Amino acid sequence: MTDLPTTSRTPVEPDPDEPAPTRPTLAVWKFASCDGCQLTLLNCEDELLAVAERVQVAYFPEATRAVVEGPYDISLVEGSITTPGDAERIQQVRAASRTLVTIGACATSGGIQALRNFADVGEYLSVVYAHPAYLATLDRSTPISAHVTVDFQLRGCPIDKAQLLEVLAAMLQGRRPRIPTHSVCVECKRRGTVCVAVADGKPCLGPATQAGCGALCPSYHRGCYGCFGPHDTPNTASLADRLRANGMPEVDVMRFFRTFNAGAQPFRVQSLASAQAERDAVLTNPTIQPSESSAQAAAGPREEASP
Amino acid sequence: VTHKLTSGSHVLSVETLARVEGEGGMHVHVQDGEVLDVHLRIFEPPRFFEAFLRGRSHTEPPDITARICGICPVAYQFSACLAIEDACGVVVPDEIRLLRRLLYCGEWIESHALHIFFLHAPDLLGYDGAIEMARDHRGLVESALRMKRAGNELMTVVGGRSVHPVNVRVGGFHRLPRRDELLALRPALVAAREEAIAAVPVVSGFEFPEFEQPYLYLSLDSSNGYPLESGALLTSGGLRAPVAEFGTHVVEQHVAHSNALHSTFDGQPYVVGPLARYSLNAAALSPLAREAAEAGGLGPTCRNPFKSIIVRTVELIHALDEAIAIIDGWQGAPVASVDVPARAGEGHGATEAPRGLLYHRYRFDDDGTILDAQIVPPTAQNQPAIEADLRAFVQANLHLSHEELTRQCEVAIRTYDPCISCATHFLDLSIEHI
Repeated sequence: MTDLPTTSRTPVEPDPDEPAPTRPTLAVWKFASCDGCQLTLLNCEDELLAVAERVQVAYFPEATRAVVEGPYDISLVEGSITTPGDAERIQQVRAASRTLVTIGACATSGGIQALRNFADVGEYLSVVYAHPAYLATLDRSTPISAHVTVDFQLRGCPIDKAQLLEVLAAMLQGRRPRIPTHSVCVECKRRGTVCVAVADGKPCLGPATQAGCGALCPSYHRGCYGCFGPHDTPNTASLADRLRANGMPEVDVMRFFRTFNAGAQPFRVQSLASAQAERDAVLTNPTIQPSESSAQAAAGPREEASP
Repeated sequence: VTHKLTSGSHVLSVETLARVEGEGGMHVHVQDGEVLDVHLRIFEPPRFFEAFLRGRSHTEPPDITARICGICPVAYQFSACLAIEDACGVVVPDEIRLLRRLLYCGEWIESHALHIFFLHAPDLLGYDGAIEMARDHRGLVESALRMKRAGNELMTVVGGRSVHPVNVRVGGFHRLPRRDELLALRPALVAAREEAIAAVPVVSGFEFPEFEQPYLYLSLDSSNGYPLESGALLTSGGLRAPVAEFGTHVVEQHVAHSNALHSTFDGQPYVVGPLARYSLNAAALSPLAREAAEAGGLGPTCRNPFKSIIVRTVELIHALDEAIAIIDGWQGAPVASVDVPARAGEGHGATEAPRGLLYHRYRFDDDGTILDAQIVPPTAQNQPAIEADLRAFVQANLHLSHEELTRQCEVAIRTYDPCISCATHFLDLSIEHI
């Protein structure tokens, strides 16, 4: 497993030019992920140097070799838990952090790699690797909140830059972040985008998905595909009916709910319902000949009760 | 007390490599002045993309595989599009190909600016990172941020956002950018091009170790301009082959110390990325980029990985130059995308990620369902060469102190801009059947 920096690196000498260490410390941790959410911090081109003046970047290996010993005032955690070592490491990160904020779909719902939760990981291993014994991996990809207490979860695949800055500001000021929890539809209305679902019949997860991206996809003439995960009270069953009514096959309904936030409960439940409906349709109507592979996709043989 | 590395047993080790994308470490074992073992350790957890792509629809890989890497999502989207279009017998119109080049330029600009100034330059100027570097070189860091922002803004307009763009689809784009949106990008791109040109004397003025390596270079050719969104395979050994033959030359192996698979080309370690692209295609650079290469002291080829910072700067200038040229010449396109009807078959696609050639292969059922997928990212291909470099570099520098040599090894690894998030979780499916 990866050691915490206190054991893997020598803490840096105090810098005489450094202002008195009254600035809160910030640490950025990575688990199973694509790095895109921590890159979002570096993509704050206009604000990065100002942020670095307000907080001391104490641990952020993607950006610096320097390591300041914990505990840390704010930890940003990217990625999901997929290995036994990482399940231990997140405990250490929690213990070293006053405030822990998860950033992105992986950390918050298990990410795209949670597609393994619907399959047999032993099979996955042998598909990708010749010698599965070299690897240590868990059969589920789980969000950080399944392991430790999380103080705030920031959604998105990737997270939104402005929301990240808002969360950092709120944590520094000791207040709740102002992050909307309504649907993407509200954002579409606000920016005056014509509804792609109603006007064009395009499949859109917007009614069930939390705002935060600024309703990006409809402004690019495509339906929302759920990067920010389900909002507080989504009616996914009704949305699935609407998708079917617009001609979407059941297997595609399942795939639509089963992407970057496949592990989030409302999306997970809906994709399982569609998988079940697809199996039932095959059983009751033997004239339907789903392709071998789509039947396999719908099978979801290993899915059990929620973890 | 400085321990002599020329006698006794020594382990040079870095637990967590900093300023790389993803999680990796390094382990070098030296015994009585001989380098025994060199391992670039990759402990980034596997995410199994190739496995869960099975059973998905042929329209899904651009959105799904983008999630392999937050730093080069466009590379994944376009290699996937090419492979799927190849399988379905579709070639996109030239306007769409040009728009792909434009979006890809944005990714190169942000990724190269990040690597040159945030990941690589701090080593050469003696800082832990760019934030620390900004205390003494604020102008340089601010200029780097402006260049990076120009790339991200380009991606935001053409792709919808810079991390995991939403506008790419099989067959083209969901929506074409308007001419006024593109023209609004121009001033920042022009300013960034000036700043990149001004950075040439800075990045070429560093002292680089004399260290030339003999590896085979592989990149796409320049049949559609400097290698980027399309092209055939080209090697420094003189081979030119269609992308479909990638699998007959490249073999991936699973080794114990890495969650990434090691690749060889016709049995040899090989290198993809800026050095390979430049050495095989320098003539296709824009005139300004060629001038920058000359001003930076590059010859017609470059075999010193430590000098990759100069080559990246030349490519950064090229990407800015080409983005401006595409915007200036943009006349719109008749359609945003063309139909890519599903059919049974296999397709291959390769494009040039900022870190090097990225190959995708898919096999489809007649309804477009994916039967199997293979993805070979650049860092997995470079891994054996990086290890061979470390071996040669350590052997030649045993007179240095343990600390200094360890630090220089870390620097050597970073010159490749390894993307460990990308490298993890890939294998040639044929190997499992052996």
